[in-house]
Amino acid sequence: MPMTLAKWFKGFVDRNGIGMAAFMLIGVTVWILVLIVLPQLAMVDFSFRHDLPPGKVGGPEDVYTVTNYLYFIFGNPGNPDGYNAVDVLVFGRTLLAALFVTAFNFVLCYPIAYYLAQVARGGWARVLALSLVVPYWINEILRAFAFRVIFGDIGLINTVLKQLGLIDNSIDFIRADVALYAGLGYAYVLLMVFPLYNAIESLDRNQIEAARDMGASWWRIHWRIVMPFAKPGITSGCTMVFMLASGALAAPQILGGPSSLWFTQIIYQGFFEYFNWPRGAAYAIILLVSCMAIVLGMMKLFRVKMGEIGR
Amino acid sequence: MKAGVGVELENLWVRFGDFVAVRDASVKIEQGEFFSFLGPSGCGKTTILRTVSGFQEPSEGRVLIGGQNMAGIGPNKRPTALIFQNLALFPLMRVWENIAFSMEVKGHPKEARRKRADELLELIALGDQGDKFVHELSGGQRQRVAVARALAAEPQVLLLDEPLSALDLKLRQHMRTELRAIQKRVGLTFIYITHDQGEALTMSDHVAVMREGVIEQIGDGKTIYGDPATAFVASFVGENNAFAGTVKSIGARHAVIATGVGNLRARIATAARGALKPGDSAMLFIRPEALDIAETGSSGDNRLVGRVVNEEFEGQSSHVFLEGAGGAAIKMSLTNRGGQSRGTGAGTELTLGFDPDLAVALPSGALSAEE
Ligand SMILES: Nc1ncnc2c1ncn2[C@@H]1O[C@H](COP(=O)(O)OP(=O)(O)O)[C@@H](O)[C@H]1O
Ligand SMILES: [Mg+2]
Repeated sequence: MPMTLAKWFKGFVDRNGIGMAAFMLIGVTVWILVLIVLPQLAMVDFSFRHDLPPGKVGGPEDVYTVTNYLYFIFGNPGNPDGYNAVDVLVFGRTLLAALFVTAFNFVLCYPIAYYLAQVARGGWARVLALSLVVPYWINEILRAFAFRVIFGDIGLINTVLKQLGLIDNSIDFIRADVALYAGLGYAYVLLMVFPLYNAIESLDRNQIEAARDMGASWWRIHWRIVMPFAKPGITSGCTMVFMLASGALAAPQILGGPSSLWFTQIIYQGFFEYFNWPRGAAYAIILLVSCMAIVLGMMKLFRVKMGEIGR
Repeated sequence: MKAGVGVELENLWVRFGDFVAVRDASVKIEQGEFFSFLGPSGCGKTTILRTVSGFQEPSEGRVLIGGQNMAGIGPNKRPTALIFQNLALFPLMRVWENIAFSMEVKGHPKEARRKRADELLELIALGDQGDKFVHELSGGQRQRVAVARALAAEPQVLLLDEPLSALDLKLRQHMRTELRAIQKRVGLTFIYITHDQGEALTMSDHVAVMREGVIEQIGDGKTIYGDPATAFVASFVGENNAFAGTVKSIGARHAVIATGVGNLRARIATAARGALKPGDSAMLFIRPEALDIAETGSSGDNRLVGRVVNEEFEGQSSHVFLEGAGGAAIKMSLTNRGGQSRGTGAGTELTLGFDPDLAVALPSGALSAEE
């Protein structure tokens, strides 16, 4: 192993020249350390501290503690329920909703990706791919507001339904979280389509035809041939969508119903409304670790290996 | 195992936009025969096979399998099994699962599938390889797995699209024999596609030679080789010396053609009987093995003179390359006895002769580009 690393290093320097190689190596290292590792470590550190007024930071009371994590489960000491019902409930609901959004997204995007990768030809395929990309030129907030306009009380859908005489009173899509799920689902269409497309595109058409020649139905061809082949793409698409959906903030803020909180909103409140950074940090880490655990669990369930995902 | 059935193409046309891939093809393939489509790459062989298997709808004409019109019947409902040019084995399934896939489709329980797969693995002499993955097998083994997978579907017609083209020469020759043996054993109709004329001639009961979407000749190997119907067939199947010229005189069975290397007499090909008149442009084909060294200075109709450019000694035979009058390239193959070369060194001037019955005269036409 040390040998191969040394060899790789030598090859890298030979390929790029010493100056460029040093720049790239140092650049990447600084990037990873300063922008990724250190802030995360700072967050972990924060999450194990008391929420102290600035004067007491560094003083005798500034010691490590797990109160912030306990607070997530049990709430305030005088709490009559005995546990932190609001936060735990929101947490659970957020994860479930994110899973739902992921599943919904997959069901929506798989046919699109398959069509783009194996069926559509030439110019038509490019038009279709472009029409998927163009909406992403508009920023996230505007897109979320567009969904408010579409799903609002006097929005597009309600107006059309009323005009058609199908309903008398507006349906409150916002309160029912329909707008939120649609908005989140839509926000990640590309992130799902592209890994799926990538994976399916490299599948030899003859495999599909061979299965068909042997009498396989369409669903069996997908279940036995296309999906197993696309598993790495499915995994990376679902992972990204799940992670981003559970960590979304703007869409829940704008599209969420008045009674439904997303866990990220609680984290946000911790940081910026209560200015309790240690609790905010602890909550953020709880979300991160849980999401990672869920993703790893799913990968185990579907027997995907880490190395396959990058393919 | 079901018995084979016949396949018939009736005035089949396949068009892709303005491009005609198959032009008015009519073929009758008997049940249980080994039938080959032979032609250069891009002549429409795969398109014909895809039309028989149902992946391609004919633009015109009909495909009949076992006497039944296949119009509107999908590939999953036809009694055919297709072996793809690249085999298209499933890389994520074990070998036995590959073979048993058609049974999985039909809903057979796992034990039955495994049992049948093992039987077929025995048939292709890979009895203990069932649990491997495809990428763990050699080229020849994969080839046989593809055959077993196709047979497992219990087809009545097996369609093979250049299945041996990826193998090296030795393995290819071995697999030819093997495929032919399997075909005799199972008694199915095999429709085989190849651009390799040796393959087509050694394995097939009948061969259809194609050029640019047109079937130029259908016949058994000996007929195709010895009595070609067109100039293209003569030049594509086996090696041939071609001499262009005009018809000088026509006899009952023979014609004399005035060519750049002299007046040559040859048998008129069966397909060209009645089609050649004096003054027509024509072509004369002589196989390299039909040429022989004649006595220097001897005269007669079938004499041509050439200067030896090069000689290849190949053990049992020698190939002599000569340059005739007007720069005509001539190849002559001589059989050597006991390792004794009969050729002569480069630069020698030789007079060659041939038996007019071993040469054919045909109306001129396009030649094979593969030289
Ligand atoms: N789906 C298609 N669309 C357009 N042209 C095609 C299609 N399939 C085949 N062709 C064309 O038809 C011709 C014959 O192809 P093919 O049957 O594959 O030839 P072969 O198998 O003899 O090499 C080729 O020129 C090819 O480019
Ligand atoms: Mg082909």
